[in-house]
Amino acid sequence: MNISNKEYDVMVKKATPNSKLFTDCVKAFIVGGIICVIGQIIMEGYLALDIKKDDASALTSATLVLVGALLTAFGVYDKIANLGKAGTLVPITGFANSIVSPAMEYKTEGLVPGVGSKMFIIAGPVLVYGITASVIYAVIYKLLTGM
Amino acid sequence: MNLGTKMGKQTIVYDDSVYIKSFYSSVGKLEGEGPLGKCFDVVYKDEYIEAKNWEQAENNLLKNTVTGAFAKAELSCDDMDYVFSGDLLNQCTGSSFALKDMCIPYYGLYGACSTMAESMSLGSIMVDAGYGQNVLAVTSSHFCSSEKQYRFPLEYGGIRTPSAQWTVTGSGAVILSPDKSHICLDSITTGKMVDLGVTDNANMGAAMAPAAADCILAHLRDLELKPADYDCIVTGDLGIVGSTLVNEIIQKQGSDISDVHMDCGSMIFDPNTQDTASGGSGCGCSASVFCGHFCRELIQGNIKKMLLVCTGALMSPTTYQLGETVVGIAHAVGLSYRE
Amino acid sequence: MKFVYVFLVGGLLCAIAQILIDKTKLSPARIMVGYVVVGVLLTAVGLYEPLVKFAHAGATVPIMGFGYTLAKGAAKAVGEKGWLGVLGGGVSGAGTGIAAAVVFGFLCAVFSKPKAK
Repeated sequence: MNISNKEYDVMVKKATPNSKLFTDCVKAFIVGGIICVIGQIIMEGYLALDIKKDDASALTSATLVLVGALLTAFGVYDKIANLGKAGTLVPITGFANSIVSPAMEYKTEGLVPGVGSKMFIIAGPVLVYGITASVIYAVIYKLLTGM
Repeated sequence: MNLGTKMGKQTIVYDDSVYIKSFYSSVGKLEGEGPLGKCFDVVYKDEYIEAKNWEQAENNLLKNTVTGAFAKAELSCDDMDYVFSGDLLNQCTGSSFALKDMCIPYYGLYGACSTMAESMSLGSIMVDAGYGQNVLAVTSSHFCSSEKQYRFPLEYGGIRTPSAQWTVTGSGAVILSPDKSHICLDSITTGKMVDLGVTDNANMGAAMAPAAADCILAHLRDLELKPADYDCIVTGDLGIVGSTLVNEIIQKQGSDISDVHMDCGSMIFDPNTQDTASGGSGCGCSASVFCGHFCRELIQGNIKKMLLVCTGALMSPTTYQLGETVVGIAHAVGLSYRE
Repeated sequence: MKFVYVFLVGGLLCAIAQILIDKTKLSPARIMVGYVVVGVLLTAVGLYEPLVKFAHAGATVPIMGFGYTLAKGAAKAVGEKGWLGVLGGGVSGAGTGIAAAVVFGFLCAVFSKPKAK
């Protein structure tokens, strides 16, 4: 082959179709927006039941997680994701999907080594970095607000 | 005994000593709904194929394909001298677990998606050397077991890029034999690994195209042939992106196969209606399209002379995470129609 | 009007992720990690709280809101318990969401199996 890696990279870039950025973004915007609106409706429902705001917020998250988990279990979430792109990835329902889907997939390998350990192969990093960041923030916050 | 002749650096030519006695193909639902749907021997509606998990489903797929090839030639396991088989699963378990009860002397192969040509190449050497009256060459891939191993869980809402390919649920088997038939295996060209630095594992076609070009050019050079000497030069699973690239690369080397080039991965799905992005991939892609479509065309004489070039991307989920490149490989098998 | 802001901000956060996916080589997993960490950061510098007040679920439902919940929990625990709150604060704030994901995830997995596409 008398083609260098660099030349080939240029050829590959030319031959590879680009993602349809604009339509993808519109889809993500609409589907993501709708999921958030559904979240708000659930939130208003809990607030109407005289639940405190912080608790209502936590319950809303839990409810959306349940919905995401059920849609995944019924084999629907991946189909919505095909339409909604990042609009189904970013909301907390996507977090639920990323936990339930490997748990389902690896169930054939057992409840402990399969479901138990594979549950976080996708969502694990979110917890690792999210929790670590919050602890670092807590330390800095404590230092700044006085000993 | 009827030993073939080594031509050039990479090619062996046989003297009418290897024929395809039987061929059989099986595919899943989506492949059955594709443009080639009618030419496969079996289309499975349920991709679990009567198994409890995807790995066993692939075992059943391969096992049933082999049984089908036996039935077509009215042969049984006992008639087989050797089997060469490969798949995409870790440690090649798709083949070994499928074939373990058949008691045929077994070679398990891993050539990624190039395995069908690899198994036919090695099988043909056995037949030509006179070590076997019936040698089985078979491969399989299963969309679901591959997704699980290489990408994401099936129900995960992942996002596919336009260059991504769709692993074919499919399997193809041929029985090679010195007994004369309508399909003669004329030559084999063993490909070299080619690495042009592609690291995107969602663009396998681009990673494999240089190896395919290298192998096709080596074959033509070794046998002093022109592309037009073939009715078709069929690559395995370059997909739409890889097909463009293989033609460009070959043109850069001063040759042109675009008039006779076809690609199993681009043929098996309809990209406009099936949402399969760049096309099909997997060992089962070239295997099922070759055994389902091209063998039929050859046996009827619609195609007189063809070159099958199965293409593989040598990588694993681990090498990808380590930032290694995706290495391409391709092997070619020359076939022709006999009266 | 509230629902319009929810829709716009929530949609926008998703559209930004889509641009990152299409335009960079970042995998969805890395983008999610980035979103959570950015959520913690923006909360720490005091920018996320106003966004939540403005867009409500539009800011809390996207995974960045998970970072916000973690950071808010951390600050609250530190305020109440000092150094003792440093480690557990974030997780206790986001505990409901995490436990829901684990338990519902487990139950759903036990009672279902994946389908071919």
